[in-house]
Amino acid sequence: MSEQRVGVYVCHCGHNIAGTVDVEHVAEWSANLPNVVISRDNKFMCASTGQEQIEEDIKEFDLTHVVVASCSPHMHEKTFRNACARAGLNPYLFEMANIREHASWVHASDKDGATNKAKSLVSAAVHRVIHQEPLQPMQVDIRPETLVVGGGIAGIQTALEIADAGYHVYLVEREPSIGGHMAMFDKTFPTLDCSACILTPKMFDAGSHPHITLLSYSEVEQVDGYVGNFTVRVRRKARHVDEDLCTGCGSCWEKCPIKVIDTVFEAGLGSRKAIYRPFPQAVPKYPIIDVENCTYYKSGKCRMCEKVCPTEAIRFDQEDEILEVEVGNIVLATGFQLFDPRRIPNYGYGRLENVFTNLEFERLSNAAGPTEGKIVLRDGVTEPESVAIVHCVGSRDKNYNSHCSAICCMASLKFAHLVMEKTGAKVYNFYIDMRSISKGYEEFYHRIMEEGASFIRGKVSEITDAAHTPEEEGKLILVCEDTLIGRPRRVPVDMVILSAGLEPRADAQEVGYMFGAGCGDTGFFTERHPKLDPVATVTEGVFIAGACQGAKDIPDSVAQGAAAAARVLATISKKQVNLEPVRAEIDESRCSGCRICNNMCPYHAIDFIEADGVSRVNPALCKGCGTCVAACPSQVINGAHFTFDQLIAEIDGIMVDVTAGALEVV
Amino acid sequence: MSDNGTFKPVIVGFLCNWCSYRAADLAGTSRMGYPATLRDIRIMCTGRLDPTFVLRALQKGADGVLIMGCHPGQCHYQEGNYKAIRRFALLKRTLRQLGLEEERVQLHWASAAEGVRFAETVTRMTKEITALGPLDWSHNWPNEDPYALEEAAHE
Ligand SMILES: Cc1cc2nc3c(=O)[nH]c(=O)nc-3n(C[C@H](O)[C@H](O)[C@H](O)COP(=O)(O)OP(=O)(O)OC[C@H]3O[C@@H](n4cnc5c(N)ncnc54)[C@H](O)[C@@H]3O)c2cc1C
Ligand code: FES
Repeated sequence: MSEQRVGVYVCHCGHNIAGTVDVEHVAEWSANLPNVVISRDNKFMCASTGQEQIEEDIKEFDLTHVVVASCSPHMHEKTFRNACARAGLNPYLFEMANIREHASWVHASDKDGATNKAKSLVSAAVHRVIHQEPLQPMQVDIRPETLVVGGGIAGIQTALEIADAGYHVYLVEREPSIGGHMAMFDKTFPTLDCSACILTPKMFDAGSHPHITLLSYSEVEQVDGYVGNFTVRVRRKARHVDEDLCTGCGSCWEKCPIKVIDTVFEAGLGSRKAIYRPFPQAVPKYPIIDVENCTYYKSGKCRMCEKVCPTEAIRFDQEDEILEVEVGNIVLATGFQLFDPRRIPNYGYGRLENVFTNLEFERLSNAAGPTEGKIVLRDGVTEPESVAIVHCVGSRDKNYNSHCSAICCMASLKFAHLVMEKTGAKVYNFYIDMRSISKGYEEFYHRIMEEGASFIRGKVSEITDAAHTPEEEGKLILVCEDTLIGRPRRVPVDMVILSAGLEPRADAQEVGYMFGAGCGDTGFFTERHPKLDPVATVTEGVFIAGACQGAKDIPDSVAQGAAAAARVLATISKKQVNLEPVRAEIDESRCSGCRICNNMCPYHAIDFIEADGVSRVNPALCKGCGTCVAACPSQVINGAHFTFDQLIAEIDGIMVDVTAGALEVV
Repeated sequence: MSDNGTFKPVIVGFLCNWCSYRAADLAGTSRMGYPATLRDIRIMCTGRLDPTFVLRALQKGADGVLIMGCHPGQCHYQEGNYKAIRRFALLKRTLRQLGLEEERVQLHWASAAEGVRFAETVTRMTKEITALGPLDWSHNWPNEDPYALEEAAHE
């Protein structure tokens, strides 16, 4: 081994590290570690001056390896690798010691302990780094096609932005039509513009765009590959309608004799037929047959739709189709699900008939909905004279969801406005805190107050029909503690709307796992960095947008959709991506051909070469987990950047004080 | 070091890059305090954990070793942590025969969102090992060549 010359840089990170760890002492002490030729401390290593210091020292001291002790490598490893590369040092000859997230920030009450730990981590890096070897990232071509999963407003926005830039998008939507939750709304806050009026043109564009393949009523079943080259298997569920022939004329659903309660689009308030299009503006326009309710699938009779179809498009024997698409990037925009208020039995939803959910109210108020926009009680005719709107149902409550659903305050104000406008009823809003943080929201709040809605600050403990007084007879009574006047109250009304919160989808965990995106403790998909990288995930080439990342309103969902599209377009225009060279390689001259490693690999990247009697790793398939490396009984699989020697040296380095007794702070 | 109440154990940690290392990062970002007993080493996946690494850490004077990975079913590489579970079971058997207490070498899970769980695990393990006292293998075990150790582990 030729001479090793290591440079060590210990960062103060302002007070973030230096407030707890004795940074100057760590730098002085590190100067005596083996092979260290220069050791410095610096206020901010990631600032340009810090980076330039590394670059100058590499040249001046002829450094062969560099160690920076600062924050997590997930934060700045790239920054410092680039600094090394600029000075002509291979970036993989750099190593980082995490003395902020893993020391100063967690040991604030034990300064000596934190300083000792920082020293051991620096020593580990110094011992390890000299075993590191120059590596070249593998360059792979990026396929220009993109997969967008979920056709709500976020997914539609993403798909349109990418397609408008001239690149192809596969838009996969589970339901028969795109549109997501927004397609169900009447008006949208705070402007009160008609939801369909602003959404329908976008849905139409997405459905007819030459660069968008819309795969509605479809689901992703399997994802293989890595950034730039994913292979995705999509199941196209059978609609039992030939899309090439169907014109969407509607004869079939007009004549279909079977009526079914529509629990999806009409939130259970309206009905549809057994062959149906979810709503008039649906994209695509083709109907589907609901096999569970269709008479033909039960008794082999009826076939009414087939008889009346002018283009002979009905296909009772159509089967699911499996499609494989190859894409370079993936955007998840799978949205949210509504909290089920049955989980709070005190609120009586499902038992007290005039307790409605917010989604049900959206359908009631919608001119295209089951009541043609008339706000009436469950009997379908009576207009309410008084309406209570309960905020934060299932949100901000540690028994259900501790997060704030972000949109309920505004949606509740929207409901208050619509009720007052359409019925003249008295409206009571029961809130915990009013949250109106975005543009135009506070103004909207004031407007609704001026329109005459009442606001009662307090959490509703119960909704009951058990009257205490003659005035309460036949009413729903909301029981709560009014925290502004400090007194319990009972408010009788005709109708209650529960502003149920936004939850992660029940299958978010499974879907996330399939795509390599994790879920945080609230269950929504986790972004790579909460502030600085909000639409990326830890998996290269997989992005997230909209309410699947956290509860949010339409403007924020659209903004994230566009942001995710920008990230995808950036990788497409780079044409190639660098893959980490962390992967396994077998020293064939020492391989005994035992094949133990072959079955270890979850990616089937290791093949046994009969002719040579040895195993070989396919570098394009290897993802660098190192499981085979640890399994090889002959110790002849090299796990680049996590080699046996590197890790042993790191262990020895981390224990340097215990073995040499050199670490105690004086 | 003696076991007179001032004993602070040294625990070497092996954390996988995707879940547990990020859980430790999150514990940091959220300023969750835990004892400064853990010295952690990042590996890509718990599947990379060669049992030799654990023996080496103990040989070099660690009082305990904490291995942490993604929850079963959530390994970034699909099943590396299942391999780790199996290797861990074998390693524990060997260590038991060498007279090592159960608590000294532990395998746990934390997702990237579980900073609290990470901090609690380190705190709990520190208490357990403090109660056991020092291990002192560094004095009992000659400074062997790691490759020889590797062979011993695979036998
Ligand atoms: C009652 C109510 C009223 C609201 N009113 C307003 C308002 O007035 N103004 C406002 O700004 N915001 C409002 N919001 C918030 C608004 O609904 C959301 O901001 C918006 O719908 C988020 O869009 P999205 O595309 O992220 O999710 P979604 O609308 O949930 O769309 C997600 C889509 O992905 C599909 N999908 C899910 N999983 C999969 C899968 N695995 N494979 C394929 N497809 C999948 C779904 O079928 C769906 O079509 C309201 C919310 C509620 C509940
Ligand atoms: S990546 Fe965490 S255990 Fe495999």
